Amino acid sequence: MLFYSYFKTLVGKPVTVELKNDLAITGTLVSVDQYLNIKLENTRVADEERYPHMRSVRNCFIRGSVVRYVQIPEGCVDVDILHDATRREARGA
Amino acid sequence: MSANGGALGPMVHARVHVLTNDGRHVVGTLRGFDQVTNVILEDCAERVYSSESGVEEAPLGVYMIRGDNVALVGPVDEELDAKLDLSGTRALPLKPIKF
Repeated sequence: MLFYSYFKTLVGKPVTVELKNDLAITGTLVSVDQYLNIKLENTRVADEERYPHMRSVRNCFIRGSVVRYVQIPEGCVDVDILHDATRREARGA
Repeated sequence: MSANGGALGPMVHARVHVLTNDGRHVVGTLRGFDQVTNVILEDCAERVYSSESGVEEAPLGVYMIRGDNVALVGPVDEELDAKLDLSGTRALPLKPIKF
């Protein structure tokens, strides 16, 4: 639940989601759910020459299971807080 | 779950793109979905990409796609889609999802 909560704090921020088929989609994070399914708005595919498939998609729903990476803007993660929180969760507190 | 209902709910009855885990690209009208992203598409067609010729649309009818095969769902922007030159688009098919 921790990363779900963390991603919720990123709503409204620009993120790049790389899928497990190498497709990288940049957009504004609209919502995230408990499976870490992600909704993006104003999407743009990183390499449109190679991936013209998504040219008529402006916003999309990405299934959490196909996400390889989420690139987040610099300064949107407080490493110390996240570090503490992951430890606390690991301890089961 | 309501969280997921918020995700695909607004797209019901709209034309949507669906990318599947095997790299296929299906366009159809979203008629239903559930919490594990099983989707039902009506009047759908597969867009078949090839580096040698333009995009071909293969009509499929009604499709039910099991959730674990769904990678991405996105509503079709009809304005942008109408402007697409599909027969002039040459691209390799998308790669399959590799877990």
